[in-house]
Amino acid sequence: MTARTRARPVSPYDGAAMLAGRAAGSLSRLLRRGAGGTLPGRVALALRPQLIGTLSADRRLVLVSGTNGKSTTTRLLTVALSLVGPVVSNADGANLLSGLAAALMADAGGTGTAVLEVDELVLPAALRTMRPAVVVLLNLSRDQLDRVEEVHSHVGRWARALRESPDVHVVANADDPLVVAAVWEGRRSEVGVTWVAAGAPWRADAVLCPRCGDAWSLQGDAWACADCGLTRPDPSWQLGSGGELIDPTGASRPLGLALPGRASAANAVMAAAAADLLGVPVVEAIRSFSGIRDVDGRYLRVDVDGRDVRLLLAKNPAGWLEVLAQLTSDTGGILLGLNARTADGTDPSWLWDVPFEQLRGRRVAVFGDRSLDMSVRLHYAEVAHDVVPDVGSGLAALAGMPVNVAANYTAFVTARAALRAAAA
Amino acid sequence: MTSLTIVSVYPEVLGTYGDSGNVRVLERRLAWRGISSTVLDVPLGAALPLQADLYVLGGSEDEIQHRALLALRESGLQSAVGNGAHVFAVCAGLQLLGNSMRRGDGSQVEGLGLLDAVTERLGRRVVGEVEARFVDAALPTLTGFANHGAGTELGPRARPLAVTTSGLGNGGQPRGPEGVVQGSVVATYLHGPVLARNPAFADWLLGRVVGRELRPLPSGPPEALHAALVGNR
Repeated sequence: MTARTRARPVSPYDGAAMLAGRAAGSLSRLLRRGAGGTLPGRVALALRPQLIGTLSADRRLVLVSGTNGKSTTTRLLTVALSLVGPVVSNADGANLLSGLAAALMADAGGTGTAVLEVDELVLPAALRTMRPAVVVLLNLSRDQLDRVEEVHSHVGRWARALRESPDVHVVANADDPLVVAAVWEGRRSEVGVTWVAAGAPWRADAVLCPRCGDAWSLQGDAWACADCGLTRPDPSWQLGSGGELIDPTGASRPLGLALPGRASAANAVMAAAAADLLGVPVVEAIRSFSGIRDVDGRYLRVDVDGRDVRLLLAKNPAGWLEVLAQLTSDTGGILLGLNARTADGTDPSWLWDVPFEQLRGRRVAVFGDRSLDMSVRLHYAEVAHDVVPDVGSGLAALAGMPVNVAANYTAFVTARAALRAAAA
Repeated sequence: MTSLTIVSVYPEVLGTYGDSGNVRVLERRLAWRGISSTVLDVPLGAALPLQADLYVLGGSEDEIQHRALLALRESGLQSAVGNGAHVFAVCAGLQLLGNSMRRGDGSQVEGLGLLDAVTERLGRRVVGEVEARFVDAALPTLTGFANHGAGTELGPRARPLAVTTSGLGNGGQPRGPEGVVQGSVVATYLHGPVLARNPAFADWLLGRVVGRELRPLPSGPPEALHAALVGNR
């Protein structure tokens, strides 16, 4: 898999579409209507839908998808692949087709590598139009059920898209039954698949076999469906029980990440497996990972008036499960943020799928548009807490101690701005 | 009074929308009044105990709902209800208690017949906030989040639990019936979970099971959430 060297000339139609898109983006920025990030892509794709295929045609392209960990894995992979050549990425997290187009347009005519995170619902369209070299499949779990009715519908959509893209190499999480079902159905062979045992602590969406719907008992690491034969594949890469990376030779290496938590280590092993496939040796990949201290505010660590404050993102029950593990392994105060805007999913019922009981006895405060929903959840979990109007008041309520701030997407964005301002 | 038994029916499959929270709410509101209760989580494939006081069913995806229905047909739940047990069901749980329901693939299947209700697919999925006025119970506004692709029409033996004042009812209609009451069975389409959002409704339900009105609990976060959601602070 070597990068092609010569760029195809940009057609006049593609050029015109990109020009219009960029003009719209500049105008938007000039008028201060939003960040203008995805607008160029949106306008250009509306004028020229095939543009996204053209823009990616002369590149070595890697797509990263799944419910959780897309941005972090994309960042890790970008840093590792940058060791061997130029890399473009949608580091702003705009992961719909418009965002992918915008990221590629920013370097139109380029022939280097592109590492793009892709929304799990958009992945089939991206696979069809962009012909990537590698796709990294992290995990699937319930998320935004007001918008995406059923998580299991992803399995069928991913499987169909993989069947129609036989040339793309798949790097997939062997521990997530939903991901495994999609890859099995999409490939029906192990050729062109690299299995990574990256773990999958959240299992509530795999209580029935995701392939045949049979009632199975999902226990331990080596699961199998007695009815249809879906079996946890033998992984070539693994996240070890002590948080270390185990490579295909069986060699064990400490990851030494600055990013905290089990999920970060899992993302790093997925990224290392993909990087290896694209020519970056594992030792060099790991070394490059250790320089990443935060991912667009995820895991951001700031000093606020002498206090250590860390920011965590958790958008859905599977994500919260990982974040709770981190909160309970750490000391200090906990500030939880909850919104239910369109980007978050407008129904926060999923809070009840998360074992917040684990926070009993800790100092906790809650903020956000839907702080009262979180407050009721904590009330029934018998976790004493304060309801505060904003991040600043939350830090004040948790005076004299280090604080972990954990919030869902739009509340996280608010907290990120507040913490950056407070630290400045 | 001796201890109450609450059965959470197949919570690992009938719990897609956090509906397991309803059981938690019921159990805590009893405990805070000094009434002891035992919660039994009964997974799909296990035998349903038939001497319980209350059976709670939540929402689910279409395929899993069908499996739960097949298991419930053999479970003896109908005879338990015939012997006076109470049922509280949400969304997919409501649908499978009716006379019949239409699956996503278009096939019609017979329900448990505990509710005089028929469920058909809707042209468009109902998704969004709902407020409703209770029909028979003297309770404050019902609030919840609806998310369903099938709609339910009630027959003459069933009563609506409430009538929507904003958002859509059982059949996807504005100002339509929301939920069902028939004998000892109470059901609603609303998530939230609905008993977390509506503490007075939770207490009303518990009062029916216990057989007397329960003493009020001090006002706290659940009342604050309800007030904020229905906008009558």
